[in-house]
Amino acid sequence: MPDATEPAADATGAAGPSGRISRDDVAHLARLARLAVTDEELDVFAGQLDVILGAVARVGEVAAADIPPTTHAVAMTNVFRPDEVRPSLPRDEVLAEAPAVEDHKFRVPRILMDEA
Amino acid sequence: MTDLTRRTAAETAAAVASGEVSAVEVAQAHLDRIAEVDGQVHAFLHVDTDGALAAAKAVDEKIAAGEELSPLAGVPLAMKDVVVTKGLPTTAGSKIHEGWRPPYDATITRRIKDAGIVMLGKTNMDEFAMGSSTENSAYGPSHNPWDLGRIPGGSSGGSSAAVAAFEAPLSIGTDTGGSVRQPAAVTGIVGHKPTYGAVSRNGLIAFSSSLDQAGPFGRTVLDAALLHEVIAGHDPADSTSIRGPVAPVVAAAREGARGDLTGVRIGVVRELGGEGYQPGVLASFEAAVETLRGLGADIREVSCPHFGYALAAYYLIAPSEASSNLARFDGVRYGLRVGDDGVNSLEDVMSLTREAGFGAEVKRRIMIGTYALSSGYYEAYYGQAQKVRTLISRDFAAAFEQVDVLVSPSSPFVAFGIGERIDDPMAMYINDLCTLPASLAGTPAISVPSGLSEGLPVGLQIMAPALADERCYRVGAAFEAAVEPLVVPRLVGVTR
Repeated sequence: MPDATEPAADATGAAGPSGRISRDDVAHLARLARLAVTDEELDVFAGQLDVILGAVARVGEVAAADIPPTTHAVAMTNVFRPDEVRPSLPRDEVLAEAPAVEDHKFRVPRILMDEA
Repeated sequence: MTDLTRRTAAETAAAVASGEVSAVEVAQAHLDRIAEVDGQVHAFLHVDTDGALAAAKAVDEKIAAGEELSPLAGVPLAMKDVVVTKGLPTTAGSKIHEGWRPPYDATITRRIKDAGIVMLGKTNMDEFAMGSSTENSAYGPSHNPWDLGRIPGGSSGGSSAAVAAFEAPLSIGTDTGGSVRQPAAVTGIVGHKPTYGAVSRNGLIAFSSSLDQAGPFGRTVLDAALLHEVIAGHDPADSTSIRGPVAPVVAAAREGARGDLTGVRIGVVRELGGEGYQPGVLASFEAAVETLRGLGADIREVSCPHFGYALAAYYLIAPSEASSNLARFDGVRYGLRVGDDGVNSLEDVMSLTREAGFGAEVKRRIMIGTYALSSGYYEAYYGQAQKVRTLISRDFAAAFEQVDVLVSPSSPFVAFGIGERIDDPMAMYINDLCTLPASLAGTPAISVPSGLSEGLPVGLQIMAPALADERCYRVGAAFEAAVEPLVVPRLVGVTR
C-alpha cells in the first residue's frame, strides 16, 4: 500500500526540482492521492505537470535560507473558544446525505481483504 | 417591473424600508430577470424560487409589524456554490458533490439570512474554486454579459456574471488567489477580498485554508461595503477569525464618494505592469492613476521586488493545501461513491470515486500538491514557497511605510474567449498575476471598474495593509465617483 511519506517522484529517479515528470511519476502521485487515473490521463498530466513544476520551481531562485516561513498571513496562537456542551448536528439529517447507511451508521466499503 | 433590477442594493433597501416597493416584488423582479437571461448567462446552478419568495415575505411582514430592519433587508443576493446552505444543493462546481444538501448553514449564510437579505440561489464556479474562468465547473461555463462568447472570470464567475447581468444586485464570492477581484474586473463590477480572517470561513468548502477568504460583489463600492459589514466579524467557529471590530467600510465608502483624496499617498507597484499586460489594460490603468492624482492623491512609484515570485509561490502553496483539504472527499460520509460492489476495497472505492468525481484541474492540483509535499521535495518546493511568502509580506510592509494604498491593474487581460486557454494550465494561471501578492500576504484588496478596452471592462486594484479594508473602499469610492459609469453590458437577446 502506498504511504504518504514515501518519496514520490524520486522513486523512479526521473524527476527533480528542474527535471521531468514521467508517466510513472504521475502514476505514483495518483496512487498517493487516491486517483484512479486512466492511461490517457497519464500522458496528458505528465506533460502538464512537467510544465507547471518547471514554472513554480522559480521559487528556488530566491535567496531565502535565513527567512522564516509564513504559514498564515495573520499569526495567531492558542486560539480557544469556551468549552461548552452544544448539540451536534441531528444524526438522521447527516446520515440522509451519506452514500450508504446501515443501522444508523455510515456503511463503509470493505476494509479487510481476504488473505491470498 | 424590470427596472427594479437596475437599482443599487442601497437604493433597493431604502425603497423596501420606505414601503415604495415590497421585498416580494423586488425578489420576483429578479427571479423574472433570471428566467429571462440565465439560459444565456448560466450564472446559477440552482435557483431557490420558493426560498427567496419566503425570505422576502418575511421581510415584508417585519415591515408591516413595524420591526426594525437591517440595512440590506429585502435586497436579493446570489451565493457562490462553495458556501454551504442548509437544505439547498451545494456542489462547489464538482460532480463529487452533486445533489448534496448540507445539514447546516455557513456562518456567512446565517448572517446573510439574519440580515433579511434574500438569497436567490447558488452560483456557478470553477470546481472547488480552482480556476479563473468557470470553465472548470463540472456543470459548464458561465458567460460574460459583456460578450457571451467570453469568460466572466473565476473562480467566482457565476457570482460576477449574476451581478453584471442584473440578475442580482449583490453576490458572494470567495477569493483564494484572486477569485473575487479578477471576475469583478472582467465583468465591470466591484469585488473585494477582505483581510484574511475578517470573514469567517466556517462553512466554506475549503480549497487553500491559509488563503481562502469570502468577499462581496456589487455594482457600486457602497453596495459592496454594505454587504462586507454583514458578513465580517469574529466567529468562534473559525480559529483564524480575527477578534476585533469590523473595519468601518460603509463610512469609508461614503467618505470616499465625496471625491477628495487630498493627502492620500498612493503607490504604483512597478512590478505589476509592463510586459505580459494587454496595452488596453495598461492604458486604462495609467488613466486611472491620473484620475487619482486629479482627486488630490500623492502618487509615487513603489517597488516590491518579490512580487514577481508570487505566482510560483502561490501555485505551490495553494495546491499543497488543496491536496490535503480534498482528502476529505473519500466517498464515505457524503457525496459520490463509485465502485462499492462488495468486492472492491475501501481504497479502490476511494480512488474510483475521486477519479469519477473530480475534474482535470482538481486532479492536477492535487498531484502538484502531493508532489510538493513529498519528502525529498518539501523543502525545495513547499518550504521555499512559504519563505517567499514571508518576503512578499515584507515587501508590502516596506511599501506601506511609504504609502497608504497600492494600485495595479486587477488582471493583465480583459475577458478572454471561452475555450481559449483551457488546455494550457499556465496560460490560465497567469490571470492571477496581479491578485496573488495580496492573497499570499493576507492583505485586503478591491477591484473597481476603470473603463473599457475594446468594449470590455478593465479593473483597477487597490490594495491596503491588513485590517485597513476601509482604505480600499474610500479610494475605490472616490475613483468610482470621478469616472464615467460603465454602460450597461450588451446581453444578446436583451433589448433594453
